[in-house]
Amino acid sequence: MNRPATAPDTHDTDIARTRLTSALAKTWKTPPGFWGALTTVDHKIIGRRYIFTAFVFLALGGVLAALMRLQLAQPEARLIGPDRYNQIFTMHGANMMFLFAVPVMEAVAVYLVPLMVGTRNIAFPRLNAFSYWIYLAGGALLWTAFALDMGPDVGWFAYVPLSGPQYGAGKRADIWAQMITFTELSALAIAVELVVTIFKQRAPGMTLDRIPVFVWAMLVTSFLVIMAMPAVMIASTGLILDRLVGTHFYNPAEGGDVLLWQHLFWFFGHPEVYIIFLPAAGMVSTMIEPFARRPAFGYLGLVMALIATGILAFGLWVHHMFVAGLPRLGDSFFTASSMAIAVPAGIQMFCWLATLWDGRPVFKTPLLFIMGFIVTFVIGGLTGVMVASVPFDTQVHDTYFVVAHFHYVLIGGAVFPLLGAVHYWFPKLTGRMMSETLGRWSFWLIIVGFNATFFPMHILGLEGMPRRIYTYQPDLPWHGLNVFVSLSSIVLTIGFLLFFINVFRSARFGEVAPDNPWDAPTLEWATTSPPPSYNFPRIPVVGSLHPLWDDRDTLPVADGLRTDRRELIVTTLASAGPQAREASPRNSIWPLLAAVATTIMLIWSIFSPWAVVWGSIPIAVALIGWFWPKGTPEDES
Amino acid sequence: MREKIVLDLGRLPLHGMGTGSVTWWGTLAFMLIEGTGFALSIAVYLYLMSLATVWPINAPRPDLLPGTLVTLILGISLVPNLLISRWAEQQDLRKVQIGMVIMSIFGIVPLIVRIFEFPALRVSWDSNAYGSVVWILLGLHTTHIITDLVDTLVLAVLMFTRHGPNRRRFGDVQDNAMYWNFVVATWLPIYGCIYWLVRL
Amino acid sequence: MIRAASKAGLSAMLVVPLTGCGGNWQSALDVYGSAAISLKHLIILIVAVCSVVWMLVMIALIAALWRNRDARSSSPEPGRERRMTMAVIGAVVATVLIISTFTVMSFIATRALTVASQDDLTVRVRGLQWWWGLEYVGPDPSHRFETANEIHIPVGRNVRLQLEGLDVIHSFWVPSLAGKQDLVPGRPNELTIRVERAGVYRGQCAEFCGMQHAHMALLVIAEPQEDFDKWATAQRQVATPPTDEEAAAGLRTFLTKPCAACHTVRGTAAAGTTGPDLTHVGSRRTIASGMFETTRGSLAAWIADPQTIKPGNNMPLVPLTPDELRAVSAYLASLK
Repeated sequence: MNRPATAPDTHDTDIARTRLTSALAKTWKTPPGFWGALTTVDHKIIGRRYIFTAFVFLALGGVLAALMRLQLAQPEARLIGPDRYNQIFTMHGANMMFLFAVPVMEAVAVYLVPLMVGTRNIAFPRLNAFSYWIYLAGGALLWTAFALDMGPDVGWFAYVPLSGPQYGAGKRADIWAQMITFTELSALAIAVELVVTIFKQRAPGMTLDRIPVFVWAMLVTSFLVIMAMPAVMIASTGLILDRLVGTHFYNPAEGGDVLLWQHLFWFFGHPEVYIIFLPAAGMVSTMIEPFARRPAFGYLGLVMALIATGILAFGLWVHHMFVAGLPRLGDSFFTASSMAIAVPAGIQMFCWLATLWDGRPVFKTPLLFIMGFIVTFVIGGLTGVMVASVPFDTQVHDTYFVVAHFHYVLIGGAVFPLLGAVHYWFPKLTGRMMSETLGRWSFWLIIVGFNATFFPMHILGLEGMPRRIYTYQPDLPWHGLNVFVSLSSIVLTIGFLLFFINVFRSARFGEVAPDNPWDAPTLEWATTSPPPSYNFPRIPVVGSLHPLWDDRDTLPVADGLRTDRRELIVTTLASAGPQAREASPRNSIWPLLAAVATTIMLIWSIFSPWAVVWGSIPIAVALIGWFWPKGTPEDES
Repeated sequence: MREKIVLDLGRLPLHGMGTGSVTWWGTLAFMLIEGTGFALSIAVYLYLMSLATVWPINAPRPDLLPGTLVTLILGISLVPNLLISRWAEQQDLRKVQIGMVIMSIFGIVPLIVRIFEFPALRVSWDSNAYGSVVWILLGLHTTHIITDLVDTLVLAVLMFTRHGPNRRRFGDVQDNAMYWNFVVATWLPIYGCIYWLVRL
Repeated sequence: MIRAASKAGLSAMLVVPLTGCGGNWQSALDVYGSAAISLKHLIILIVAVCSVVWMLVMIALIAALWRNRDARSSSPEPGRERRMTMAVIGAVVATVLIISTFTVMSFIATRALTVASQDDLTVRVRGLQWWWGLEYVGPDPSHRFETANEIHIPVGRNVRLQLEGLDVIHSFWVPSLAGKQDLVPGRPNELTIRVERAGVYRGQCAEFCGMQHAHMALLVIAEPQEDFDKWATAQRQVATPPTDEEAAAGLRTFLTKPCAACHTVRGTAAAGTTGPDLTHVGSRRTIASGMFETTRGSLAAWIADPQTIKPGNNMPLVPLTPDELRAVSAYLASLK
């Protein structure tokens, strides 16, 4: 923090301030070394770790994509056999959805939301640590299985009966189902933390209409996680039970139903898309402000659009089942609801355009990615409107058209904003700026490579190429476009490589970042880059939606929090009036132990139902250790 | 940036009770997750029922007795549960200690009856989809009771230690009581589903 | 007129070799079935409207970024926020209008697709890992017969396909004729197809169904009614007994080796039902679900090593001597 040298009481303030910050640092610190790394509950360390891991999974998933493009570059290629290819595309989808896209958005929120709402740590920080370990274990399980040629081969949505006891031999489908349990557990944990952080830990004065849009987006997303993830947990539990103990949920011969799986899966699976997209939309709404140099246009519209999307998200799942043979009238209803989601998406898009229209653009890499986002996401949204139409969908469902569509939505709509966000928040994460030159290069390579890779897939789909085929016959007219797509994917890969190079280079040698390099208006820029363990020496007091633009020299703050224990402010839900000084848990090894116990139980239960009984005992022990009071000042009340 | 102190928080309590407590909100969020899970499980039951030509499939109706007994016990348990919540609010350690013991018993007894409830379904989980879904409904709710029972037992022990007389603990007791209400509340639709829907 | 056209189509079909067809014979854009034709109109219309929308958004984006690119400071202009609000509301209203139109169009198009009447020709299509079982059912039970992977239909008539998944979910999709429909175990579905032009139309399973999902093709052969009748009559016959010695030896091998346990050849003792009915396999254009043209050579290659050609499929490698292999392939090729 910059201190004005001319202040009359500089000396006294300096001493008081140093005393304050050193006391806070002592209370909130993560001890250095291995033990500190295992026990920390600092949301910034866990958030960074989470983001890093998610990007590792992105890179691994990208390698799988490259392998698929290699195989499909020629007809009847024998490079990869059908068995391995089926594992590869299943892994690619499952990995990108469950280990990259959802976790990375939550990870960014774990890092940013406490800073943006002006608190010292996320709510339930130990749960946060637990969540990361569980996520890591789930990812390790999936990739270890793949390395052992036991990777799931039933597609990321694992339709029964193919994944059921009769046709899904071995343990491959079980590994998929249990990986779901791991990732859902970690996602649900974060959702609860975020909801409570946003509801109860906002800085005094941050009323509902002063919450940054990204934080709103994470609030809606967290509710989507809470309402949607149980569906897939029930679905996958039913699958595991069908496979392990002979239940008949999905067996039509015994009164079960094959489409029950699809209903449950898509009741989760469609909101899942918005779980990925809404945080990205929130990032755009937040990043656009400093680069348009004006407040985002239509704050109320943007927030309402997020909420409307969240509600509508639960009314669309059947559009994944338009060719499954459900009653036509029902299908038509879902056409209408699927089309309707274009309205909130449109509202946001028009608000962003209006913001840019009225703003004074600063063409830095984050803004470039916002532009790339608008260009590609609009295509993905429009093809989404196309597949929402039942008759249209009967021709393109399960073809490369759909592959193109959802990559436009997920990469264009979520990964582009995410890459922009990495450039934007990198100084806050690491204390250094990313290279603009490399940023520009990677942006142009990625956007050109992306469109050249995925646009032709629309045409391939209309020309009759189905998804998930490991090869195609030479007499089909798909060869040329497939070669083009495979070559273009090289450009895309180089773009991503440059991005990674930029990240690693900048993290070590990048220009040292000031507190607020972009002149941004939100609270995370009020503290140092990177922030201290306690985030803010004193908790900011918020008087508007853009606290740092109101007065660029002074920050109104609150005083009176204890420094000898981890303490933060709990405020009221709507008006964010101070309610209590609440303790925040200290570092602890128990979350890791609980995660290890849970991992053992979950993996064991792939092989024996008794694991649920015996495996629960160590979990219970770990949880008791976790919650048992230690007589620290945090326990005072 | 220069800081300007505009607010003093020194007078705020060191711990918030009720809606001022993050644990309270966390419990609520977990209840929402579990509630969604139960609602979806019941939806699965209704879905399979709507597909079947006869329901129950190849099985007699479940016996009413054990399930109804569990319902009664859970219903009665609400009385001490509401009382303990009030005692915790008054921070009356003695009464809370007694209440926790009572609530531990009220957690164990329905589990004992539950042992007889599974055979009373008169169908096995692997006979058909009907059997599978009633077993999973009952199984889920049993897990629910066990989880809360473990929580109750640990908290009961805590209340007798030096950590007991603490506003934080009283808050935990209140949250635990709220969660027990939820355990009882989720049981009623499941009970109706398993035992009465097939008798309509 | 139609007759002449269909004749022309038929002769065109005959000159075009099965593999290496010039046109897009499996494409939603190269359409001949009445359903696919109306779908294509809808597709083109929606794509056109959406393209215009995209271009308008792009113009707005470029203009927005261009107009203030060098501005040093914003000039607060009264009423600008209000004008922007009006513009955003206008755009949202336009969005609502467009998607409402699309919804109504979809609804109308869907209703037009689902026409079937009782007297239509009915074919039961069964999806299996990884081939298509076909059963022609008619009002007369004696007219019933089974075949595989190649659906013959008369031009200009509605054909009702009853779709059943027997193991996992498959999806019936012949894009040049109609949109797809899943074959879901335990939930029979129906699809009506109709085509006015004689020709060969390729289709392929569109729902991931396991190892050989990529090799689960089928052909729809539309021909004039009299050709179709001729074909159907021939298919109803039992297999013609082998005439030459080699084929007779092939039949003996076929019956003594495990072949007969999975395959049916009507008129012989072979009555297995796990694999495709081979009574007239020699008359079908392809084997192994569209993998090869049916020739003696391809039959022999397939029988000799099915697991290398189509890894994971359910046909085991049955060890045969070279003589037996020659004989069996000669016999199968003779089953016209």
